[in-house]
Amino acid sequence: MINKLMDSLAAAVADVKDGSTVMVGGFGTAGLPNELTDALIAQGARDLTIVNNNAGNGDTGLAALLAAGRVRKIICSFPRQADSHHFDRLYRAGQLELELVPQGNLAERIRAAGAGIGAFFTPTGYGTELAKGKETRTIDGKHYVLEYPIHADVALIKAEVGDRLGNLTYRMTARNFGPIMAAAAKLTVATVHKVVEPGEIDPETVVTPGLYVKRVVKIDRAVTAAGGFKS
Amino acid sequence: MTTTKWTRDQMAARVANEIADGMVVNLGIGLPTLVANHLPADREVLLHSENGVLGMGPAPKAGEEDYDLINAGKQPVTLKAGGCFFHHADSFAMMRGGHLDLCVLGAFQVAANGDLANWHTGAPDAIPAVGGAMDLAIGAKNTWVMMEHVTKGGDSKLVPALTYPVTGLACVSRVITDLAVIDLKDGKATVVDMVDGLSFEQLQAQTGIPLSR
Repeated sequence: MINKLMDSLAAAVADVKDGSTVMVGGFGTAGLPNELTDALIAQGARDLTIVNNNAGNGDTGLAALLAAGRVRKIICSFPRQADSHHFDRLYRAGQLELELVPQGNLAERIRAAGAGIGAFFTPTGYGTELAKGKETRTIDGKHYVLEYPIHADVALIKAEVGDRLGNLTYRMTARNFGPIMAAAAKLTVATVHKVVEPGEIDPETVVTPGLYVKRVVKIDRAVTAAGGFKS
Repeated sequence: MTTTKWTRDQMAARVANEIADGMVVNLGIGLPTLVANHLPADREVLLHSENGVLGMGPAPKAGEEDYDLINAGKQPVTLKAGGCFFHHADSFAMMRGGHLDLCVLGAFQVAANGDLANWHTGAPDAIPAVGGAMDLAIGAKNTWVMMEHVTKGGDSKLVPALTYPVTGLACVSRVITDLAVIDLKDGKATVVDMVDGLSFEQLQAQTGIPLSR
Protein backbone atom coordinates (compact mmCIF):
# COMPACT_ATOMS: atom_id res chain seq x y z
CA MET A 1 0.00 0.00 0.00
CA ILE A 2 1.17 3.47 -0.78
CA ASN A 3 1.19 5.70 2.27
CA LYS A 4 2.95 9.04 2.05
CA LEU A 5 1.42 10.41 5.25
CA MET A 6 3.95 11.10 7.96
CA ASP A 7 3.33 11.75 11.62
CA SER A 8 5.84 14.47 12.19
CA LEU A 9 7.44 17.43 10.46
CA ALA A 10 10.79 16.37 11.90
CA ALA A 11 10.57 12.95 10.25
CA ALA A 12 9.53 14.54 6.96
CA VAL A 13 12.78 16.52 6.69
CA ALA A 14 15.06 14.20 8.68
CA ASP A 15 17.24 13.19 5.72
CA VAL A 16 17.89 16.59 4.10
CA LYS A 17 21.62 16.72 3.48
CA ASP A 18 24.06 19.59 3.86
CA GLY A 19 24.61 21.38 0.55
CA SER A 20 21.14 20.54 -0.78
CA THR A 21 19.15 22.73 -3.14
CA VAL A 22 15.83 23.30 -1.40
CA MET A 23 12.82 24.84 -3.12
CA VAL A 24 10.51 26.65 -0.73
CA GLY A 25 7.01 27.46 -1.95
CA GLY A 26 5.19 30.69 -1.24
CA PHE A 27 4.76 34.20 -2.55
CA GLY A 28 5.06 36.76 0.19
CA THR A 29 3.67 34.73 3.04
CA ALA A 30 0.86 33.01 1.11
CA GLY A 31 1.85 29.37 0.81
CA LEU A 32 5.09 29.73 2.74
CA PRO A 33 5.66 26.37 4.45
CA ASN A 34 6.93 27.85 7.71
CA GLU A 35 6.30 24.67 9.67
CA LEU A 36 8.64 22.79 7.32
CA THR A 37 11.35 25.45 7.32
CA ASP A 38 11.19 25.50 11.14
CA ALA A 39 11.63 21.73 11.10
CA LEU A 40 14.59 22.15 8.74
CA ILE A 41 16.20 24.63 11.16
CA ALA A 42 15.83 22.08 13.95
CA GLN A 43 17.16 19.31 11.68
CA GLY A 44 20.35 21.30 11.13
CA ALA A 45 21.15 21.01 7.40
CA ARG A 46 23.45 23.79 6.30
CA ASP A 47 25.17 25.20 3.24
CA LEU A 48 21.81 25.16 1.50
CA THR A 49 20.81 26.73 -1.80
CA ILE A 50 17.27 28.06 -1.45
CA VAL A 51 14.85 28.67 -4.31
CA ASN A 52 11.90 30.94 -3.42
CA ASN A 53 10.29 33.98 -4.99
CA ASN A 54 11.44 36.17 -2.10
CA ALA A 55 14.15 36.03 0.52
CA GLY A 56 12.22 35.85 3.76
CA ASN A 57 9.81 38.12 5.62
CA GLY A 58 10.21 39.27 9.20
CA ASP A 59 11.84 36.83 11.59
CA THR A 60 9.97 33.61 10.86
CA GLY A 61 9.99 30.86 8.25
CA LEU A 62 12.55 31.35 5.48
CA ALA A 63 13.86 34.49 7.21
CA ALA A 64 14.60 32.40 10.31
CA LEU A 65 16.45 29.83 8.17
CA LEU A 66 18.59 32.67 6.78
CA ALA A 67 19.11 34.14 10.25
CA ALA A 68 20.26 30.73 11.49
CA GLY A 69 23.10 30.86 8.97
CA ARG A 70 22.04 27.75 7.07
CA VAL A 71 21.84 29.25 3.61
CA ARG A 72 24.77 29.73 1.23
CA LYS A 73 22.89 30.94 -1.81
CA ILE A 74 19.40 32.10 -2.69
CA ILE A 75 17.79 32.00 -6.14
CA CYS A 76 14.83 34.39 -6.21
CA SER A 77 13.13 37.26 -8.04
CA PHE A 78 12.34 39.76 -5.30
CA PRO A 79 14.61 39.66 -2.24
CA ARG A 80 14.25 43.28 -1.14
CA GLN A 81 11.08 43.90 0.87
CA ALA A 82 10.08 46.10 3.79
CA ASP A 83 10.77 43.27 6.21
CA SER A 84 13.64 41.38 4.54
CA HIS A 85 16.17 42.59 7.14
CA HIS A 86 17.85 39.20 7.62
CA PHE A 87 18.47 38.84 3.90
CA ASP A 88 19.60 42.47 3.62
CA ARG A 89 22.15 42.09 6.43
CA LEU A 90 23.62 38.79 5.18
CA TYR A 91 23.74 39.98 1.56
CA ARG A 92 25.45 43.25 2.44
CA ALA A 93 27.94 41.36 4.62
CA GLY A 94 28.80 39.11 1.68
CA GLN A 95 27.61 36.02 3.53
CA LEU A 96 24.85 35.11 1.10
CA GLU A 97 25.10 34.63 -2.66
CA LEU A 98 22.16 35.95 -4.69
CA GLU A 99 21.04 34.73 -8.11
CA LEU A 100 18.38 37.21 -9.20
CA VAL A 101 15.95 35.80 -11.78
CA PRO A 102 12.95 37.53 -13.38
CA GLN A 103 9.88 35.95 -11.80
CA GLY A 104 8.50 34.37 -14.98
CA ASN A 105 11.90 32.91 -15.82
CA LEU A 106 12.15 31.55 -12.29
CA ALA A 107 8.74 29.87 -12.65
CA GLU A 108 9.50 28.51 -16.12
CA ARG A 109 12.96 27.24 -15.12
CA ILE A 110 11.33 25.34 -12.25
CA ARG A 111 8.57 24.06 -14.55
CA ALA A 112 11.17 23.01 -17.13
CA ALA A 113 13.04 20.95 -14.54
CA GLY A 114 9.91 19.03 -13.64
CA ALA A 115 8.96 18.58 -17.28
CA GLY A 116 12.33 17.25 -18.44
CA ILE A 117 13.15 20.22 -20.65
CA GLY A 118 16.89 20.75 -21.23
CA ALA A 119 16.71 24.53 -21.74
CA PHE A 120 14.37 27.04 -23.35
CA PHE A 121 14.42 30.39 -25.14
CA THR A 122 12.46 33.14 -23.42
CA PRO A 123 11.98 36.79 -24.42
CA THR A 124 12.00 37.94 -20.79
CA GLY A 125 15.18 39.72 -19.77
CA TYR A 126 16.59 40.09 -23.28
CA GLY A 127 18.91 43.10 -23.44
CA THR A 128 19.01 43.49 -19.65
CA GLU A 129 21.70 43.01 -17.00
CA LEU A 130 20.04 39.76 -15.96
CA ALA A 131 20.73 38.22 -19.37
CA LYS A 132 24.39 39.25 -19.50
CA GLY A 133 26.62 36.49 -20.81
CA LYS A 134 23.70 34.27 -21.72
CA GLU A 135 23.19 32.76 -25.15
CA THR A 136 20.61 34.58 -27.26
CA ARG A 137 18.79 33.78 -30.47
CA THR A 138 16.51 35.63 -32.85
CA ILE A 139 13.50 33.53 -33.85
CA ASP A 140 10.99 34.94 -36.33
CA GLY A 141 12.43 38.41 -35.71
CA LYS A 142 11.99 38.25 -31.94
CA HIS A 143 14.87 38.17 -29.45
CA TYR A 144 15.21 35.39 -26.89
CA VAL A 145 17.56 34.37 -24.07
CA LEU A 146 18.51 30.76 -23.34
CA GLU A 147 17.58 29.73 -19.79
CA TYR A 148 18.26 26.43 -18.04
CA PRO A 149 16.06 24.47 -15.66
CA ILE A 150 16.42 24.65 -11.88
CA HIS A 151 16.40 21.20 -10.31
CA ALA A 152 16.17 20.66 -6.57
CA ASP A 153 16.97 17.96 -4.08
CA VAL A 154 14.04 18.91 -1.88
CA ALA A 155 10.83 20.95 -2.27
CA LEU A 156 8.96 22.17 0.80
CA ILE A 157 5.44 23.28 -0.08
CA LYS A 158 2.19 24.16 1.64
CA ALA A 159 -1.02 22.69 0.27
CA GLU A 160 -4.57 22.56 1.56
CA VAL A 161 -5.97 19.03 1.23
CA GLY A 162 -4.03 15.82 0.62
CA ASP A 163 -4.43 12.07 0.65
CA ARG A 164 -2.08 9.15 1.35
CA LEU A 165 -1.23 8.94 -2.38
CA GLY A 166 0.14 12.50 -2.30
CA ASN A 167 -2.63 14.12 -4.34
CA LEU A 168 -2.93 17.79 -3.38
CA THR A 169 -5.20 20.79 -3.67
CA TYR A 170 -4.26 24.32 -2.66
CA ARG A 171 -6.02 27.37 -1.27
CA MET A 172 -6.33 30.51 -3.41
CA THR A 173 -3.04 32.36 -4.04
CA ALA A 174 -1.21 30.03 -1.66
CA ARG A 175 -0.94 27.75 -4.72
CA ASN A 176 1.69 29.95 -6.45
CA PHE A 177 4.93 27.93 -6.86
CA GLY A 178 3.69 24.74 -5.12
CA PRO A 179 2.66 22.64 -8.15
CA ILE A 180 5.78 23.39 -10.22
CA MET A 181 8.20 22.96 -7.32
CA ALA A 182 6.57 19.64 -6.44
CA ALA A 183 7.54 18.36 -9.89
CA ALA A 184 11.05 19.83 -9.93
CA ALA A 185 12.47 18.19 -6.78
CA LYS A 186 13.63 14.66 -6.01
CA LEU A 187 11.98 14.80 -2.58
CA THR A 188 8.80 16.85 -2.27
CA VAL A 189 7.33 17.34 1.18
CA ALA A 190 3.91 18.95 1.47
CA THR A 191 2.00 20.12 4.49
CA VAL A 192 -1.80 20.02 4.33
CA HIS A 193 -4.53 21.23 6.63
CA LYS A 194 -6.79 18.30 5.88
CA VAL A 195 -6.14 14.65 5.06
CA VAL A 196 -8.83 12.72 3.20
CA GLU A 197 -9.22 9.17 1.89
CA PRO A 198 -8.17 8.44 -1.71
CA GLY A 199 -11.10 9.33 -3.95
CA GLU A 200 -12.45 12.03 -1.70
CA ILE A 201 -10.67 14.77 -3.65
CA ASP A 202 -12.69 15.11 -6.86
CA PRO A 203 -10.30 13.75 -9.52
CA GLU A 204 -11.23 16.71 -11.74
CA THR A 205 -9.86 19.11 -9.14
CA VAL A 206 -6.58 17.45 -8.10
CA VAL A 207 -3.98 20.15 -8.74
CA THR A 208 -0.80 18.23 -7.94
CA PRO A 209 -1.03 14.53 -8.87
CA GLY A 210 0.37 12.34 -6.11
CA LEU A 211 3.35 10.98 -8.06
CA TYR A 212 5.14 14.32 -7.61
CA VAL A 213 4.85 14.16 -3.83
CA LYS A 214 6.85 11.88 -1.52
CA ARG A 215 5.68 12.96 1.94
CA VAL A 216 2.53 14.58 3.34
CA VAL A 217 2.23 15.98 6.87
CA LYS A 218 -0.96 17.36 8.38
CA ILE A 219 -0.59 20.61 10.30
CA ASP A 220 -2.95 23.03 12.02
CA ARG A 221 -3.88 26.20 10.20
CA ALA A 222 -1.90 29.20 11.40
CA VAL A 223 -2.80 32.81 10.80
CA THR A 224 -0.58 34.35 8.14
CA ALA A 225 0.10 37.99 7.48
CA ALA A 226 1.39 39.52 4.28
CA GLY A 227 4.83 41.03 3.99
CA GLY A 228 4.69 44.25 2.00
CA PHE A 229 7.00 45.62 -0.61
CA LYS A 230 9.26 48.51 0.23
CA SER A 231 7.70 51.52 -1.47
CA MET B 1 -3.45 80.73 -16.45
CA THR B 2 -1.67 78.59 -13.89
CA THR B 3 -0.81 74.96 -14.46
CA THR B 4 -2.17 72.40 -12.05
CA LYS B 5 -0.57 68.99 -12.35
CA TRP B 6 -2.86 65.98 -12.48
CA THR B 7 -3.07 64.23 -9.11
CA ARG B 8 -2.26 60.54 -8.81
CA ASP B 9 -5.98 59.79 -8.81
CA GLN B 10 -6.59 61.95 -11.88
CA MET B 11 -3.80 60.10 -13.68
CA ALA B 12 -5.36 56.80 -12.65
CA ALA B 13 -8.80 57.93 -13.82
CA ARG B 14 -7.40 58.83 -17.25
CA VAL B 15 -5.89 55.37 -17.61
CA ALA B 16 -9.06 53.69 -16.36
CA ASN B 17 -11.16 55.57 -18.89
CA GLU B 18 -9.06 54.09 -21.73
CA ILE B 19 -9.62 50.51 -20.61
CA ALA B 20 -12.34 48.95 -22.73
CA ASP B 21 -15.05 46.52 -21.71
CA GLY B 22 -13.75 42.94 -21.77
CA MET B 23 -10.05 43.71 -21.49
CA VAL B 24 -7.65 41.60 -19.40
CA VAL B 25 -5.32 43.93 -17.53
CA ASN B 26 -2.39 43.68 -15.14
CA LEU B 27 -1.79 46.68 -12.92
CA GLY B 28 1.75 47.01 -11.57
CA ILE B 29 2.75 47.82 -8.02
CA GLY B 30 2.46 51.42 -6.83
CA LEU B 31 0.79 54.14 -8.91
CA PRO B 32 -0.89 51.73 -11.39
CA THR B 33 -2.70 49.98 -8.53
CA LEU B 34 -4.85 53.11 -8.19
CA VAL B 35 -6.36 52.48 -11.64
CA ALA B 36 -8.53 49.72 -10.18
CA ASN B 37 -10.40 52.30 -8.08
CA HIS B 38 -11.44 54.24 -11.19
CA LEU B 39 -12.64 51.53 -13.58
CA PRO B 40 -16.08 52.57 -14.83
CA ALA B 41 -18.83 50.39 -13.35
CA ASP B 42 -20.37 49.66 -16.74
CA ARG B 43 -17.26 47.87 -18.04
CA GLU B 44 -16.30 44.32 -17.19
CA VAL B 45 -12.51 44.22 -16.88
CA LEU B 46 -10.58 41.15 -15.72
CA LEU B 47 -7.64 42.03 -13.49
CA HIS B 48 -4.70 39.61 -13.57
CA SER B 49 -2.23 39.30 -10.70
CA GLU B 50 1.13 37.63 -11.25
CA ASN B 51 0.75 35.41 -8.19
CA GLY B 52 -1.97 33.40 -9.86
CA VAL B 53 -5.27 35.27 -9.98
CA LEU B 54 -7.55 36.26 -12.83
CA GLY B 55 -10.65 38.22 -11.86
CA MET B 56 -9.21 40.04 -8.88
CA GLY B 57 -11.63 42.25 -6.95
CA PRO B 58 -11.14 45.21 -4.61
CA ALA B 59 -9.64 45.12 -1.13
CA PRO B 60 -11.79 43.33 1.45
CA LYS B 61 -13.54 45.13 4.29
CA ALA B 62 -11.51 45.59 7.45
CA GLY B 63 -11.58 42.37 9.43
CA GLU B 64 -12.31 40.22 6.36
CA GLU B 65 -8.72 40.00 5.09
CA ASP B 66 -7.55 36.52 4.11
CA TYR B 67 -3.80 36.37 3.58
CA ASP B 68 -4.13 33.36 1.29
CA LEU B 69 -5.74 35.78 -1.18
CA ILE B 70 -3.27 38.57 -1.91
CA ASN B 71 -2.10 40.61 -4.89
CA ALA B 72 1.39 41.09 -6.29
CA GLY B 73 1.98 43.81 -3.71
CA LYS B 74 1.07 41.25 -1.03
CA GLN B 75 -2.00 43.20 0.05
CA PRO B 76 -5.23 41.28 0.71
CA VAL B 77 -7.72 41.37 -2.17
CA THR B 78 -10.99 39.64 -3.12
CA LEU B 79 -12.05 37.44 -6.03
CA LYS B 80 -14.88 38.38 -8.34
CA ALA B 81 -17.47 35.82 -9.44
CA GLY B 82 -15.92 33.79 -12.27
CA GLY B 83 -12.40 34.51 -11.07
CA CYS B 84 -9.86 31.70 -10.86
CA PHE B 85 -6.49 30.65 -9.47
CA PHE B 86 -3.52 29.05 -11.22
CA HIS B 87 0.13 28.33 -10.50
CA HIS B 88 3.03 30.64 -11.23
CA ALA B 89 4.18 29.07 -14.51
CA ASP B 90 0.65 29.41 -15.90
CA SER B 91 0.41 32.97 -14.63
CA PHE B 92 3.57 34.00 -16.43
CA ALA B 93 2.59 32.04 -19.54
CA MET B 94 -0.44 34.32 -19.67
CA MET B 95 1.92 37.32 -19.73
CA ARG B 96 4.69 35.99 -21.93
CA GLY B 97 2.22 34.35 -24.26
CA GLY B 98 0.60 37.68 -25.08
CA HIS B 99 -2.75 36.84 -23.49
CA LEU B 100 -3.02 40.09 -21.51
CA ASP B 101 -4.43 43.07 -23.37
CA LEU B 102 -2.74 45.69 -21.25
CA CYS B 103 -0.17 46.07 -18.55
CA VAL B 104 0.27 49.36 -16.67
CA LEU B 105 3.60 49.89 -14.93
CA GLY B 106 5.48 52.53 -13.00
CA ALA B 107 8.89 53.67 -14.27
CA PHE B 108 12.12 55.51 -13.47
CA GLN B 109 12.67 56.35 -17.15
CA VAL B 110 11.15 55.72 -20.56
CA ALA B 111 13.11 56.29 -23.78
CA ALA B 112 11.68 57.66 -27.01
CA ASN B 113 11.90 54.21 -28.61
CA GLY B 114 9.82 52.67 -25.82
CA ASP B 115 12.69 51.22 -23.76
CA LEU B 116 11.66 50.94 -20.11
CA ALA B 117 13.68 51.25 -16.87
CA ASN B 118 11.76 50.46 -13.71
CA TRP B 119 13.47 47.70 -11.75
CA HIS B 120 16.78 48.99 -10.45
CA THR B 121 18.38 52.38 -9.92
CA GLY B 122 21.81 50.89 -10.53
CA ALA B 123 23.09 52.50 -7.32
CA PRO B 124 26.06 50.44 -6.07
CA ASP B 125 24.63 49.90 -2.57
CA ALA B 126 21.10 49.05 -3.76
CA ILE B 127 19.89 45.48 -3.37
CA PRO B 128 18.43 44.55 -6.78
CA ALA B 129 14.94 43.07 -6.98
CA VAL B 130 13.12 42.43 -10.24
CA GLY B 131 9.97 40.45 -9.48
CA GLY B 132 7.72 40.22 -12.52
CA ALA B 133 8.73 43.57 -14.03
CA MET B 134 10.69 42.16 -16.99
CA ASP B 135 7.98 39.63 -17.85
CA LEU B 136 5.22 42.24 -17.66
CA ALA B 137 7.13 44.80 -19.71
CA ILE B 138 7.52 42.59 -22.77
CA GLY B 139 4.60 40.21 -22.40
CA ALA B 140 1.37 42.16 -22.63
CA LYS B 141 -0.10 43.25 -25.98
CA ASN B 142 0.22 46.86 -24.78
CA THR B 143 2.45 48.26 -22.05
CA TRP B 144 1.64 51.67 -20.63
CA VAL B 145 3.62 53.61 -18.05
CA MET B 146 2.34 55.92 -15.32
CA MET B 147 4.96 58.19 -13.81
CA GLU B 148 5.71 61.75 -12.76
CA HIS B 149 6.84 63.77 -15.75
CA VAL B 150 10.07 64.90 -14.09
CA THR B 151 12.22 63.67 -11.19
CA LYS B 152 12.35 65.44 -7.83
CA GLY B 153 15.41 67.22 -9.22
CA GLY B 154 13.40 68.44 -12.23
CA ASP B 155 14.95 66.11 -14.83
CA SER B 156 12.69 64.67 -17.52
CA LYS B 157 11.85 60.99 -17.03
CA LEU B 158 11.28 60.75 -20.77
CA VAL B 159 14.82 60.44 -22.12
CA PRO B 160 16.62 59.99 -25.46
CA ALA B 161 18.31 56.85 -24.10
CA LEU B 162 18.03 55.11 -20.71
CA THR B 163 20.67 55.85 -18.10
CA TYR B 164 19.10 53.41 -15.61
CA PRO B 165 19.31 49.61 -16.13
CA VAL B 166 16.83 48.41 -18.77
CA THR B 167 13.75 46.36 -17.88
CA GLY B 168 12.50 45.77 -21.42
CA LEU B 169 13.39 47.02 -24.89
CA ALA B 170 10.95 48.96 -27.12
CA CYS B 171 7.94 47.85 -25.08
CA VAL B 172 6.15 51.04 -23.93
CA SER B 173 3.49 52.44 -26.24
CA ARG B 174 1.90 55.10 -24.00
CA VAL B 175 3.08 57.23 -21.08
CA ILE B 176 0.68 58.93 -18.68
CA THR B 177 2.40 61.57 -16.55
CA ASP B 178 1.14 64.27 -14.20
CA LEU B 179 1.47 66.72 -17.13
CA ALA B 180 0.48 64.84 -20.28
CA VAL B 181 -0.50 61.69 -22.10
CA ILE B 182 2.13 60.81 -24.71
CA ASP B 183 2.04 58.02 -27.28
CA LEU B 184 5.30 56.42 -28.42
CA LYS B 185 5.45 54.90 -31.88
CA ASP B 186 8.36 54.28 -34.23
CA GLY B 187 10.62 56.47 -32.08
CA LYS B 188 8.19 59.38 -32.26
CA ALA B 189 6.46 60.91 -29.21
CA THR B 190 3.02 62.38 -29.83
CA VAL B 191 1.14 64.39 -27.22
CA VAL B 192 -2.41 63.07 -26.92
CA ASP B 193 -3.51 65.23 -24.01
CA MET B 194 -2.01 67.63 -21.48
CA VAL B 195 -3.01 69.48 -18.31
CA ASP B 196 -4.96 72.72 -18.54
CA GLY B 197 -2.95 75.91 -18.55
CA LEU B 198 0.20 74.35 -19.99
CA SER B 199 1.38 75.34 -23.46
CA PHE B 200 2.94 72.82 -25.82
CA GLU B 201 6.18 74.80 -25.63
CA GLN B 202 6.15 74.69 -21.82
CA LEU B 203 5.59 70.92 -21.94
CA GLN B 204 8.41 70.49 -24.46
CA ALA B 205 10.72 72.52 -22.19
CA GLN B 206 10.21 69.95 -19.43
CA THR B 207 10.55 66.92 -21.72
CA GLY B 208 13.86 65.31 -22.68
CA ILE B 209 12.70 64.06 -26.08
CA PRO B 210 11.18 65.93 -29.03
CA LEU B 211 7.39 65.98 -28.92
CA SER B 212 4.92 66.36 -31.72
CA ARG B 213 1.23 67.23 -31.67
